[in-house]
Amino acid sequence: MATGFLTDTTVCIGCKACEVACKQWNQIPADGYELTGDSYDNTKQLSGTTWRHVAFIENPKKQRKLTGDVDLLALAEDVHQTLPGGAELDGLGRWTFMSDVCKHCVEAACQQACPTGAIIRNEFDNVYIQPDVCNGCGYCVPACPYGVITQVPEDGRVFKCTLCYDRQRDGLEPACAKACPTNSIMFGDVEELKQVAAERVATLHAKGYENAYIYGTPEIGGTGGINGDHSKFILMDEPETYNLPAHPFLPQAKVKGGFVASAVAATVLGAVVALAFRD
Amino acid sequence: MPGLGITYGRGGATTSLMDLQNADCILIEGSNMAEAHPVGFRHPMIAKEKGATLIHVDPRFTRTSAMCDIYAPIRPGTDIVFLGGMINYVLENEKYFEEYVKSYTNAATLITEEYEDVDTTGLFSGWDDEKQAYDMESWAYEGMPIDYASVGGSQGRMFGDSGGGQGQRGVHEGERPSDETLQHPRTVFQILKRHFARYTPEMVERICGTPREAFLKVAETICENSGRDKTTAFCYAVGWTQHSKGVQIIRSAAILQLLLGNMGRPGGGIMALRGHATIQGSTDIATLYNILPGYLPMPDVIKDHDTWQSYVESETADTGWWNNFPKYITSLFKAWYGDDFDPENGDEIFDHFPRLSGDHSYYPTIMEMKDGGVKGCFVFGQNFAVGGPHARLARDALRNLDWLVVLDAFEVETATAWKLDGVDPKENGSEVFYIPMALIAEKEGSFTQTQRMLQWHDKAVEPPDDARSDAWFVFHLGRRLKELYKDSEEPRDALIKAVTWDYPVEGERNEPDIESVIKEVSGYTVADRKPVGGFADLKDDGSTACGGWIYSGVYADGVNQSRRRKPHREQDNVAAEWGWAWPANRRILYNRASADPDGKPWSERKKLVWWDEEQEKWVGHDIPDFQATKPPSYRPGENASGVDALPGDGPFILQADGKGWLFAPVGLKDGPLPIHYEALESPVPNLMYSQQYDPAVRTFDRPDNPYNRPMDPKYPYVVTTYRLTEHHTSGAMSRWIPWLSELQPELFVEISPDLAAEKGVNNAGWVTVETSRGKIHCKALVTDRIPVYDFEGKKLHTIGIPYHFGPNGLVKGDIVNDLMPVSLEANVAMHEAKAFTANLEKGRV
Repeated sequence: MATGFLTDTTVCIGCKACEVACKQWNQIPADGYELTGDSYDNTKQLSGTTWRHVAFIENPKKQRKLTGDVDLLALAEDVHQTLPGGAELDGLGRWTFMSDVCKHCVEAACQQACPTGAIIRNEFDNVYIQPDVCNGCGYCVPACPYGVITQVPEDGRVFKCTLCYDRQRDGLEPACAKACPTNSIMFGDVEELKQVAAERVATLHAKGYENAYIYGTPEIGGTGGINGDHSKFILMDEPETYNLPAHPFLPQAKVKGGFVASAVAATVLGAVVALAFRD
Repeated sequence: MPGLGITYGRGGATTSLMDLQNADCILIEGSNMAEAHPVGFRHPMIAKEKGATLIHVDPRFTRTSAMCDIYAPIRPGTDIVFLGGMINYVLENEKYFEEYVKSYTNAATLITEEYEDVDTTGLFSGWDDEKQAYDMESWAYEGMPIDYASVGGSQGRMFGDSGGGQGQRGVHEGERPSDETLQHPRTVFQILKRHFARYTPEMVERICGTPREAFLKVAETICENSGRDKTTAFCYAVGWTQHSKGVQIIRSAAILQLLLGNMGRPGGGIMALRGHATIQGSTDIATLYNILPGYLPMPDVIKDHDTWQSYVESETADTGWWNNFPKYITSLFKAWYGDDFDPENGDEIFDHFPRLSGDHSYYPTIMEMKDGGVKGCFVFGQNFAVGGPHARLARDALRNLDWLVVLDAFEVETATAWKLDGVDPKENGSEVFYIPMALIAEKEGSFTQTQRMLQWHDKAVEPPDDARSDAWFVFHLGRRLKELYKDSEEPRDALIKAVTWDYPVEGERNEPDIESVIKEVSGYTVADRKPVGGFADLKDDGSTACGGWIYSGVYADGVNQSRRRKPHREQDNVAAEWGWAWPANRRILYNRASADPDGKPWSERKKLVWWDEEQEKWVGHDIPDFQATKPPSYRPGENASGVDALPGDGPFILQADGKGWLFAPVGLKDGPLPIHYEALESPVPNLMYSQQYDPAVRTFDRPDNPYNRPMDPKYPYVVTTYRLTEHHTSGAMSRWIPWLSELQPELFVEISPDLAAEKGVNNAGWVTVETSRGKIHCKALVTDRIPVYDFEGKKLHTIGIPYHFGPNGLVKGDIVNDLMPVSLEANVAMHEAKAFTANLEKGRV
């Protein structure tokens, strides 16, 4: 059975319990103590030492794409005009929180780039870096289309979410999912989560949130040869809003073109050289 | 919490977090629940999924607002106008639950002819300008007034934070004058109508800055979701408490919930979200100076408390619950003094028992400390060098002690005040002992959380090195003191010699057995030391002992009931077998009101507790908060006393009349009804009344505690302080943890883009915030989540600052509470952290 995550951003309250639970369980060091000024986000991004990261997206009213049922919308617009500070009807989307994590791709670019075989698919079909095999070459870092993996400078090796492999082995759910107070992070059988995600999106559509969708399918978010992600998200806005690529792809998707271009270039150059040395 | 205590009888949350799932609508105001109570917020989120509407009314757009269906901004300190506006909306549009209001509230009761409606001065009748206090006589019920002493205090004394119940002097003599048609001009109902008539949507918009459409949307939504078939719950926290009129803000909400008929019913009630882990427990079993465990009154020199007999007699009410006082106080003394206490000769112990001799509440004590009147201090689990208002004054006070013992897991600022603020430690006479303490997983015990529920936690690991549990320290200190005084012949040492201090110890480190403490608190029969079943078993003859009557039953059947962990999958939604809630494991208080006066559920959808004709008792999903076999038709006879004097349709059993109090005829020092005043420090005038701020607020005229005068142009902005999810209150349990510190590593002030532009401040740039008490430097977080309010055509800026930082720990920052003055709300001596004035300038000046 393949296991994975479903992260529903529409019920995330931005408490960061997942970040803390992840770091505590996996004993990952803090990344430093600096105020970024970027809303309430001070850990910036996923990295070798941040395996769950909660993004805070402040969506100022003026640029905001309003959602919700029509009556509320009209009323909300009126309210906006009369109040500089802004009352909100249906605050969803005004300040969005999104707990990002490794996508555990079906076709994982990091695994394919790894020359030592350190990155494997384990018995839960999760993409797993074996720390005792990784030699720190770093090839996986640019290979990941989502920017999930980085090297840890003091260590040299790369690290990322293990989907709490050790906890799964003991029949426990990953620490982040366990700590999440609102069930924004769900863990389980990928096939079951697919079903849950589809139902949730249908519910959101029925409630008037027509822009809700699943990110991480072969069609959206898991594109370009990735063939979908075992770690999916329910989003309400364009992927870029959450710092996610709209059209990720496996690096080798461009390799063929590169080879052809090189071959063409070589042929042309060869021809030019041949011409130059003619007679 | 006398806002709730006066209105309903008990000063505690009336519902449970779980029950919020049953609400059709939840109003969150005075609370940033998603950030400050993220785990509890799970339940509103589940309610939302089930179709409930969530509303957030707050000065800032927070993580809570982001989850709500409606967000309405409100200028800090104007909640009474907003809530009063809703009361007016409900009354004007006849949206109240008529049958409920008529039967279960004092709407029909007549008030004396001496009561005069508030005019434009903003003062109630009975104001004494010389004493700067009210004479409450004109607020009384006509004919049969309720005695102030039995409501929990005298004029000179503060009412306990979580206030007890009420009683009535004099035997029940027929019916109180009332008008069931609610038409008599002196009925509470008509007084209420006249009082709140001025709180119009226009007034709400002018004063609160809330757009009228948003206010009306909130009012409509709440009314649509209240009544026979639907219920609305309110959640509040210190955003309502920490104001110069905090009790009256909570009173406004309490009145509104009575009018809407939401009390005592599933999905209704008022969820008072407490500010710390087990802060509820610390008032229950009682760290406050003026109450004994279970909200029993502390003996007092100016009351008739000279002898045991006069103390017991004067505190026993003739009608209502407090008729039981002798049983509770006798059992308490029996638990504390064992064989040495004999109620027949109570004075042998009681003569030596301390009496209240003045105001020894927190802030006056700090000031006395600074002035040299307090010599030594133990500090457990507190960091008031950072966490209390006017923290600079508190640090100066700490430096003036002879000795200070700080017991904490981390070296908090309270322990290092002697070397902070650039003072020369050599000039500092105090001797400081820092004792390392165990953290939660390193000790066992119970937490009483926000809904009065006790939950037990076990010890997972031994504390490191020399660290011990707080209980270890207190137990062994007591043991050594007893040893020291065991041969003393001095009468003054009698209590130390008598006190029972025989808790068994366990393990290599001689940690006291904490279960034996909760067993004593729960109570037992003296002869065989068998646990009692509950407070109904307690006696006034010395045959029972009980360390805190409201917790009685938590060790019933010899089982630690607070340790129960039956999962929700295996029981119904009331979850009666998870932990244990006081009183008597009732989860929803006043649940008799979930049935109509005849004892039938108001509706099938909202049924909880009802009268079963066949069994002749109250039955249902929750434990009835009522006398189990008193039929709905019961009416007290002549000379009935105790709870027997209350009728079968009076759900508020701790009230002397069994009714919810829309109008408080006695008990609150700043008026029988809520009324809008500006904060003590406000940049704008009171548009409703000539009285600018709450006349009964206590201020301190000291050079080290100046106030920013109302409308002082030097301090044009309103500060509201708050907490972040990522940190613990004063930072004492988070600033030393890397994983938490990296999430919010620096102090910041949230300001609007408008103010930032006005001041030329960049995002993440330095600013200085200053008041007449002090100034701080911090970085600006510029966001349009901070509304700019329009006040009479002028812009009014609010700035929000979290107060977690201090000079110690992994992440450091200036102490925000240095900005705040000490002022005390009239009823509970609460400071005003949620609305005071300051100036803000660019850069570090």
